[in-house]
Amino acid sequence: MRYIPNSPEEREEMLASIGLSNASDLFRSIPSDIQLGRQLKITEALAEPEVIAAMEEMAARNTAASKPSFLGAGVYSHYSPTVVDHLIQRSEFFTSYTPYQPEISQGTLQYIFEFQTLICQLTGMEVANASMYDGSTAMAEAYVMAQRVTRRNKIVVADSVHPEYREVAATYTQHGDAEIVTASFDEKTGRLADLSALDDKTAALVVQSPNFFGCVENLERLAAAAHAVGALFVVIVTEAISLGVLKSPGEFGADIVVGEGQSFGIPMGFGGPHVGLFATKEKYVRQMPGRLCGIAYDKDGNRGFVLTLSTREQHIRREKATSNICTNQGLIALAATIYMETMGKQGLQDVAVQNAQKAAYAAKAIAKLNGYEIAFTAPTFNEFVVRGPRPAAEVLEEVRVAHDIVGGLALSKYYPDRPNEFLVCVTETMKREQIDRLVDGLR
Amino acid sequence: MANIPENLRYSKDHEWVSVTDEIASIGITDYAQSSLGDVVYIDLPRVGDKFGTHEAFGSVESVKAVSEIFTPVAGEVVEVNDALNDTPEKVNSDPYGDAWFIKLKMENAGEADAMLSSEEYDEYLTSQG
Repeated sequence: MRYIPNSPEEREEMLASIGLSNASDLFRSIPSDIQLGRQLKITEALAEPEVIAAMEEMAARNTAASKPSFLGAGVYSHYSPTVVDHLIQRSEFFTSYTPYQPEISQGTLQYIFEFQTLICQLTGMEVANASMYDGSTAMAEAYVMAQRVTRRNKIVVADSVHPEYREVAATYTQHGDAEIVTASFDEKTGRLADLSALDDKTAALVVQSPNFFGCVENLERLAAAAHAVGALFVVIVTEAISLGVLKSPGEFGADIVVGEGQSFGIPMGFGGPHVGLFATKEKYVRQMPGRLCGIAYDKDGNRGFVLTLSTREQHIRREKATSNICTNQGLIALAATIYMETMGKQGLQDVAVQNAQKAAYAAKAIAKLNGYEIAFTAPTFNEFVVRGPRPAAEVLEEVRVAHDIVGGLALSKYYPDRPNEFLVCVTETMKREQIDRLVDGLR
Repeated sequence: MANIPENLRYSKDHEWVSVTDEIASIGITDYAQSSLGDVVYIDLPRVGDKFGTHEAFGSVESVKAVSEIFTPVAGEVVEVNDALNDTPEKVNSDPYGDAWFIKLKMENAGEADAMLSSEEYDEYLTSQG
């Protein structure tokens, strides 16, 4: 295969046909004093083995990826069965874009339908879309959807929701009329506490569970509080594996469940591409953003898949569309679908239990150390906050240098008033020996 | 041939109006429903919403398209036909009866008098081919 699509002879022929002798003549109309006048400072072309050697050298500098890492906070290290990567690389899936002439792509529509079905089952909701770009933009769309449904503008969001999610949602909605109010968490439990901002102008109460500190929120109480003022209850799930053991947000009365599906077999990939999840109740389906795949039967009774409710979408409804998303995170949603179907119900429960048990083992061991304690009392899944005797950034740096472990995330990055605390995540990929190494390192 | 009752007033956007004691009932005409095809959803305003003349107050979604519907007269919404949520097909079967969309308390009594009569609407449809 040629990487340069035209030969020197072809280029000469093209130039001759427009009466020029070389390519730089194409730029004659640009005044010479603003032309660069030299070659760009980039290296000469390399041979293929040299390129591979250069890339390997760069990859080797990513030392964090090769150390045992207790980082979580929205992106999680889980094992992805090899079948996931193998199947998505089939060219029918790997090279196709979101179907704009959809019904000809029955295979694509079928996996989207399966994805939607699985997300509904896991979240306890009635309808899910074909996916969003990622968890944070899905949350921003939930803000806007809640405003549409309630015709109110105020969004009350817990400050225990991932700080980067809140930042993205604020940016995304900055030119709308949302009034975003932050509600504070309880210092002792780590759960959302202050609900005084809820009133009859509130479109949505937005919480994350497990929250940024790993604490499982009391969704039943929060749903009741939101519904008492006529607001929608929006639940964010950044660690989708938690749905394998926790009661679903839908069962607690959530009106919209959004989240990040990266945990379902998607590489961490330095933060993306990931896949946003978006599910709601059927009565709100026309207010839901994104593509939606449905099942239908032809006149002979044969089952088929269709894109449905497209009249909400931008390519048909222009400026009246429910959102500007006219596509979905196709390949990544496929990977998540294959992951969920490979694991199955039992497999997902098993991996979730392993996460919870390993994290509990680590938390118990760390809490026994002199000067260390678990910062919050609320139940947790696979993440928890540790309060240490000294600034957490220092402690973690020492552990990294002396024990070759990334021990967690210092909360001071997002919560400057919490210098001694750090977030530890333990997934099924951590071995007991590695957890013990972290505990020894902190000692 | 489209059904055009004599006792109603019409707009060039194919809405009809029936006025009783300054309350205007508004729907879409037989011609409009037959052009749209099977109606599957109607997005309506809420009681208390206020509209000027010729403002979009909702939309009708058929299997073919979504079309906005406009207020032929100005006023405040006093009643909304919520039954259409469950039975949007009534817009096709009974556009002048059960399938009224909203009732407006008119801001200017008599505004509907300036709208088209049934004969004028009929002529308008004929002129549009």
